[in-house]
Amino acid sequence: MDIKDIIKPENLVYKRTELMTDKALSYCPGCGHGTAHNITMEVIEEMGIWEDTIGVAPVGCSVLAYEFMNIDMTQAAHGRAPAVATGIKRVWPDKFVFTYQGDGDLAAIGGNETIHACNRGENIVIIFINNGIYGMTGGQMAPTTLPGMKSSTSPYGRDISTMGHPLKMTELVAQLPGTYFVTRQAVHTPNAVRKAKKAIRKAFEIQKEKKGLAFIEIVSNCNSGWKMEPVDSNNWMVDNMFPYFPLGDIKVNGELVK
Amino acid sequence: MAKIKGAIEVDVEKCKGCGVCIPACPTDVILLAKNVNGKGYHYAYMENPEACIGCVNCAIVCPDGVISVYKVKVA
Repeated sequence: MDIKDIIKPENLVYKRTELMTDKALSYCPGCGHGTAHNITMEVIEEMGIWEDTIGVAPVGCSVLAYEFMNIDMTQAAHGRAPAVATGIKRVWPDKFVFTYQGDGDLAAIGGNETIHACNRGENIVIIFINNGIYGMTGGQMAPTTLPGMKSSTSPYGRDISTMGHPLKMTELVAQLPGTYFVTRQAVHTPNAVRKAKKAIRKAFEIQKEKKGLAFIEIVSNCNSGWKMEPVDSNNWMVDNMFPYFPLGDIKVNGELVK
Repeated sequence: MAKIKGAIEVDVEKCKGCGVCIPACPTDVILLAKNVNGKGYHYAYMENPEACIGCVNCAIVCPDGVISVYKVKVA
């Protein structure tokens, strides 16, 4: 059978969601941000809530998320996305509000906002992309950088005696009573993407039922910051990031998973 | 038993040639082209189109969402 006979509109089984704009993504080749954008928008499309969803973009690589996500978006000052999302949600309690933040934004400068938004139990969804480095500004050390990991501000590797330990933000917010669903996912393989998408879907369903805050960490790669090929960086992530940041649900239905 | 035939269509100009789709393919259909697109990236293409089963794995891991997947049942 010829390929031309297969590639016909009636045989289409998958294409990029209409909720992503036609602009080429500004991310580096192989960056997990694109996949995370795609699955978030697919969930919003499948739930049919694109007219009632407001996203908050952070500062960082995904600062231009509003250029790519074809829904109502705003952009917050560095780290303040959960505070802005709180405001939007309180003015429009029936809208779906989510923030999309990186680790420099959420865990470093926005650590305070994040913890307090989680503690208040705002009915929002926080999507946290953790790649262990400040990607946009040139690969500096982030709170989530692994021990011994080289970055432009820790050229001999992160020394935990002077630079502290990597911050497990997701485990930290899971301890707070306001969070209802806390999970850690990845987007490096098809199975991981499917699981991450299910988790995002669950998070938006929780917001619909007004049960509390849903926090989804997505462990991702930063091939430019880590100075690796895209596929190598995914393998490095499996070997080095996952032992420190294990995947799986941490809190389900308001109860910590033992 | 009905056989399934698949095919992918890559938006060549938007492909960044990261190659994440290559290990995701269970039947080793995809490779990066020797040629480059307008931005200088080696784009993904079907090296072995006969083996494609339209499983969508490549398309869902593609960070740039440039892959469309088609599938037909062949009697």
